Formats: sequence, structure tokens, C-alpha cells
Amino acid sequence: MGGVHLLGGNREDRRGRRWSRRRYLAVFLAPSFALIAVFYLLPVILTVLISFTDMDYSFRWNWIGLENYLRMASDPIASKVLGNTLLYVFSTLALFNVGMALLISLVTVHIPERIGKGYRALWLLPRITPSTVYALLWLWAVRQDPTALINWLLSFLGMEPINWLHKYPWPIVIAVNGFVGASFGMIIFTAALKSIPTDYLMAARVDGASTLQVIRHVELPLIKWPLMFVTAYQTLSLLTSYEYILLVTNGGPGYYTTEVWALYSYHLAFAQYGGVVKFGYGAALATVLVILGLIFSIVYWRAFRFRELMVEPKIEV
Amino acid sequence: MAGRHLLIVLMAVLTLPIVLLYAVLFAQSVSEEVVGVIPVNLTLSNWEFLRDGNIKVPGTTGQFYPNVYAVALNTLVLAITVALLELTFSSLAGYAISRYKFRGRGALLALALILHSFPGITLLIALFYVLNVMGLYDTLLGVIIIKVALDMPLDIWIMKGFFDGVSWDMEMSALVDGCSRLQAWWKVVMPNVRNGLMTVLIFGFLSGWSEFIYVLTFISSQDYWTFSMLVYALTTGEYSYINPGVTSAVAILYMVPVIAFFLFAQQYLLRIQITGKGIS
Repeated sequence: MGGVHLLGGNREDRRGRRWSRRRYLAVFLAPSFALIAVFYLLPVILTVLISFTDMDYSFRWNWIGLENYLRMASDPIASKVLGNTLLYVFSTLALFNVGMALLISLVTVHIPERIGKGYRALWLLPRITPSTVYALLWLWAVRQDPTALINWLLSFLGMEPINWLHKYPWPIVIAVNGFVGASFGMIIFTAALKSIPTDYLMAARVDGASTLQVIRHVELPLIKWPLMFVTAYQTLSLLTSYEYILLVTNGGPGYYTTEVWALYSYHLAFAQYGGVVKFGYGAALATVLVILGLIFSIVYWRAFRFRELMVEPKIEV
Repeated sequence: MAGRHLLIVLMAVLTLPIVLLYAVLFAQSVSEEVVGVIPVNLTLSNWEFLRDGNIKVPGTTGQFYPNVYAVALNTLVLAITVALLELTFSSLAGYAISRYKFRGRGALLALALILHSFPGITLLIALFYVLNVMGLYDTLLGVIIIKVALDMPLDIWIMKGFFDGVSWDMEMSALVDGCSRLQAWWKVVMPNVRNGLMTVLIFGFLSGWSEFIYVLTFISSQDYWTFSMLVYALTTGEYSYINPGVTSAVAILYMVPVIAFFLFAQQYLLRIQITGKGIS
């Protein structure tokens, strides 16, 4: 059993308690882990298994070995989508999820707290707005109409109204996701910056450092780990996200212009207009993401010492 | 200090797009037309659907979208059930993991952590299969179960963190006084993790309330539509820009709980991010 048994008692008692202990553990753990097993763990395994079949709407398990993966390797759409995904992930990450997040945190900790807090709250708004509403706000803003937000603003600079979604689909897609994505890093970075002892900052100030020098030589080096954590975590999030792209461009305009890997998998399985539903091939694409997820969780484990979060309770009743 | 003012202005410029996006939404809901962000001809006619809940499909003679109040009820049922189930299950599991040593404890925690790396939306095909086999396709219950299951690993980690922070002494004295383990958990420990419970509850509610992809994929009959589907329907297709005023009004109605939490429960929303995902 281990642990310190603080309630003694004879052997009879202890056996009774051990039984009730098991019962309690079952009551405490069974509901959540049963759900996780059937509706989370099982789907991960099923995704991999389905990827070796040519399953369609009939749900028949017809094993075809590695055919889906060979097809993936020669599918011109898949390679286009892969390029799109890399463009999407790394630009959004650099510009917003890490770049903008860092900028907001650094600026808002250097201005009066009440104002800084207000700005950070506003940046949280896109994240907690339902995706369908948030996407809608952008769809309205980028319309071709001269009264639409972006065209209206640019008309003051003398620019002609254009259809932003058709002309510049990628900048729009990146901005739509970025304004949501920035808040995650912002919160982590702000918490990390606030936990820097003021002595350090004071010392640098006394030595005559400017704000920029303080940021460069004191603050940035001290938030190195949060920076790496956010980068790793958000890379995976972006790789697997497609909800806002589905809502704003649905992969268009035109031929797979803004289609990303996860969205392609979704389309193969659930939106084959007039075509055959391809659960098997879609699952193969999803399996690639599952494997990436596994690799990333190993990275978190190793690099960010998650094991330390799992220390066992020191006393036990 | 001049530098400080410059920083405040810089933040204002960076944040302006967000403010403008939402300003258009509010302006549109109370006017006939919006030029940029400026409402033209103020009116409340966009809100008339509140009278009987009926919104006509543009371009048709007598077709209506599912009644707004039925949609609101579905969304509420989904959100409240998800929130309460997540609250119950995660506070039970989080407590056991925080307080008991048992074989497989590390494995369960690791499982929760690793699974958290597979966002549910990449597992749609397999989830679709599971729901069909279990006869849960096209039911609200199916969506509820999936939401709870997929949010559970994160919830367990959040609650474990809060239970870890509760001192042993009170619990010990309750047990010595003859409370059972369940009684001690309920009467002594739970009141001390109120912040954690609020966090999971609000997070669960918002996650159920906003859910879109699972409803889109796993619900086919309009009887089970939620707000996300109604807004999606109002904004897709060839008639999407015919009546932005009504669409704005529906979207604002949809955002009421979100805005309420935003104004009154921000500390919990911030905590979600820090305790939950930002384990750094």
C-alpha cells in the first residue's frame, strides 16, 4: 500500500478499509475514465485502423493495407495541401500566436496595469466568441462592398473597393486565426513577465538601461521557457485546427487555395458533393496528425518536465 | 512619461481591428444599413423575430428556419448538461488522483496528458463511426457525450491542480470525526476548491454553448439545431448578405452568455488558460 496510514486499527479493520478504498476509487474514477476510454482513446485507435481500409458510408471493414498511404504520397492535392498547411502554421505562429502575443504582453506590462488589463481583456474576446459569430464578423469586414469595414477604412486613403477574400485569401485566413490565437501566448507570457522579481528590473534601471534594453537583456532571457512552450504547443494546435478556415473560405477560393491538411481530411469524409465518402483515405490523413500529436506530447514530456506535475501524494489516509 | 503614452497608443492601434469588428455587429443590429461602422436609419425591426421566434428564409415564400426559441433551448440543454457532467466527473477523478496512491495513477495522468494532444476534431471520422454503432448519431446526447469526453482530460488536470492546493488538515479532522471518504470530499474539500469548480463549470458551459463542428457533423435533423448551426445557416449560401441586420441580432442573442462571462467572470477565463493549457 505504501504511504503513511494515519488511521491504524486491527487487521480486520484494515481489510475492510482496503475494500472500501477500492470501491471509492471506482466511484471517483470510473465515470470520467470510462468516457475517455470509449469516446477518446478508442477513436484514436479506430482512426489508425480505419486508415487501412477503404471504408465508406456502409461502414464495411475492407482491409486494403497501405493503399491509402501510397495514394497520399502521389496525390497532387495532398502535396498542395501540405504546402498550404506549412504556410498557414508558420505564418500564423510567427505573426500572431508568438509574435503578436509577445508584443502585447511586453507592451501591456510596461503601461499602467488598469489599462494593460483592459487591452488584454479585449484580446480575449475573439477566443470566447462562438466561432460561427467570429467568422461572420470577418466575412462582413472583407466583403467587396464599398461600405464593408476594410474597404470603407481604405477609402479614406483613396483606395478602390476590392474583394479581399478573393484577392488576398491567405492574409485574411492568417488574420482570422491569429486574432484568436494571440491570446493564448499573451496570457502565458504576461504571467511569466509579471513573475520576474522587480529587483532585477530595478537593478537594470539603476544601471541606466532603457526600456528596450530591459526587455532585450532581462525580460526576454527570463521567459525563454514559456516562449518555447507556447511555440511548441501552438504549432500542434495550428496543425490540427481548421474550424475558422472552414467557416471563412472553406478551403477556397478556387482550387484548394486555402485548404489545410486537417480540413482536407474533413472534406474527404464529410463533404464530398456528389462523390464517394472516403472515410478510409480521410482517416489516413488524420493518422498523420495523430502521429504528430504523439511526437509533440513526447516533446512536452521531455522538454517541459511534465513528469514533475505527476508527483504522487505524500500522505495517504 | 512620453514613452508610456506611445505604448498605450500602439496598443490602441493593434487592438482597434477587434473593437471595429464587434462595433459593426452592434451597429448592424439596430439599423437598416451600416457604412463602415456608422449605422444609418436606426431601427429595432431587426429584433422583431423575438416576438414569435420565426425567421423567414430569404428568397422563399413561406419557409422558415427552425424557431429561435427551440434553437435556444437546444443550445442551453447542450451547454448546461456538458457543464454539469464535466464538473461532476472531473471533480471526482481529480480528487482521487490528487489524494490516492494507487497502481496505474501515473498511467492515467499520462493518458490524460497525451490524449490532450489529439484535438477531437482530427478524430471526427472515428467518432462518427462510434456514434453510429451506438445509435447516438443525430442526437443531442451524442454531441454532449463527445464534448464531455474530449474536454475531460483537461478538466481532470485543472481539478487535480486545485485539489493539490487544499490542505490535508481539515480533511483529516473530518475523517477522524467519523466522516466517510465521500462525506469528507463533499463537505470539507469541495467548498475549498470553489474557484476550480467555477472554472470547469464556465469553461464547460462556454465550450458546449459555442460548439459548432460536432453539431454540424453529428446532427442532421433541424430539430436539434443549436445557435451555431442557425448562425451558420444564416451566413452561408447565396442569400447570406440579404439581411445582415437580423443575422446580427441573432448573433448578439447568441453572445449574451459569452458577454456576461466576459464582463463578470474574467478572472476564471484567464485561469483556464493558465492552469489548463499553460502548464509551464
